[in-house]
Amino acid sequence: MHRFAKPSVFLKFTAPILPWLSVLTVILIAAGLYFSLIGSPVDYQQGHTVRIMYIHVPAAWMGLFCYVGMAICGAMSLIWKHPLADICARATAPVGATFTALCLITGSLWGEPMWGTWWVWDARLTSMLILLFLYLGYMALVNAFDDPERGSKAGSALALVGAVNVPIVKFSVDWWNTLHQPASIVRMDGPAIDPSMQLPLALMILGFTCYYLVVLILRVRLELNERRIRALHLSGMFDEHSTPAPPTEQSYDAGHNAEAKQ
Amino acid sequence: MSLSRAKVRKRQRMYVIGAILLAVGGAAALMLTAFEDSVVFFFSPTEITEKSPIDPDQRLRIGGLVVEGSVAKQDDGQTIAFVVTDMAESVPVSYRGILPDLFREGQGIVAEGHMSSEGTFIASEVLAKHDENYMPPEVAESLKKSGYWEEIEAKNAEQMRN
Repeated sequence: MHRFAKPSVFLKFTAPILPWLSVLTVILIAAGLYFSLIGSPVDYQQGHTVRIMYIHVPAAWMGLFCYVGMAICGAMSLIWKHPLADICARATAPVGATFTALCLITGSLWGEPMWGTWWVWDARLTSMLILLFLYLGYMALVNAFDDPERGSKAGSALALVGAVNVPIVKFSVDWWNTLHQPASIVRMDGPAIDPSMQLPLALMILGFTCYYLVVLILRVRLELNERRIRALHLSGMFDEHSTPAPPTEQSYDAGHNAEAKQ
Repeated sequence: MSLSRAKVRKRQRMYVIGAILLAVGGAAALMLTAFEDSVVFFFSPTEITEKSPIDPDQRLRIGGLVVEGSVAKQDDGQTIAFVVTDMAESVPVSYRGILPDLFREGQGIVAEGHMSSEGTFIASEVLAKHDENYMPPEVAESLKKSGYWEEIEAKNAEQMRN
């Protein structure tokens, strides 16, 4: 596994995937939006308000999915000191935070006409808000240190401890009385959503997931290139009167797995 | 085979992280169980009956299904009285104000307010609780015809009891 976690290997594997994944994302979200807004029936009780769900549920799913990814990356960065795991965790945080915020905002817009309130402090809503604060806290923490190594250590610890919140978000509606309705999709008796409404929901969930992967690849690439430029600066490559050496693939992996070589 | 020092350290870190996660998870579970009364958003009529008499000064929320045929306007033309139930116990509720669009008989609602000394719940706010079922009107219609609807309503009542 260590072999695959090399930055150069990551770049080599993701380069051919990225264009396909981008096209897939556009198709999925375009089709998803068509079916959510036009090609699906209204709900018997909510009318057109049900269409908010097609953004809300995928955003909630992504908020949790990104957090689990971030926590796993945090653990890998703490245990094996993979620089790539740390970069992935840092790259995931703003995406997950945006999805979580989107989930809270759309949920609030839905709650006003349906429940009669924008916000209540029930277990589901509160734990979702805590999830957003965990993301924001992680982002603040990893950037709060002059030494990025220390920043990612503290951030990874926070991401891991905060992972306790993920099952609480998921099962809050089963463990306690909440205003928020129980799970509609992942539940014992099969989905409680009519098949005609499952299609746009599935398209949007897949589309959001692909979108996240595209953004993740782009952000990791950006970070790797930035690190490379910094390393080249330090090596004096951009100094005047020096003969620039051709960049090699090796420079991506410089310093990688330094501990393993000890 | 003896492990290298780096490997031993990695393994140790893994155990430490696992132990910390277990401890934090346990602490969270204990805390949430201890404060369960504050974590729940509302009490069911059964819980209200068990707890009664409830201090009229204590603000709380009650959740349940609006009993069919129980909604009535009082003589003053503003106060609405209805009964909420979880199919085991029922509590009469009186409310003065604007009801949410989804409020109707058979619907799950959550009301915030206090218990009067006569055992009526005086609500200051009523919220509609939506269930987890999403379907087009035609499907709802055919479910009502086929008699499957009662099953859904019974399940909703059960969830209120929770």
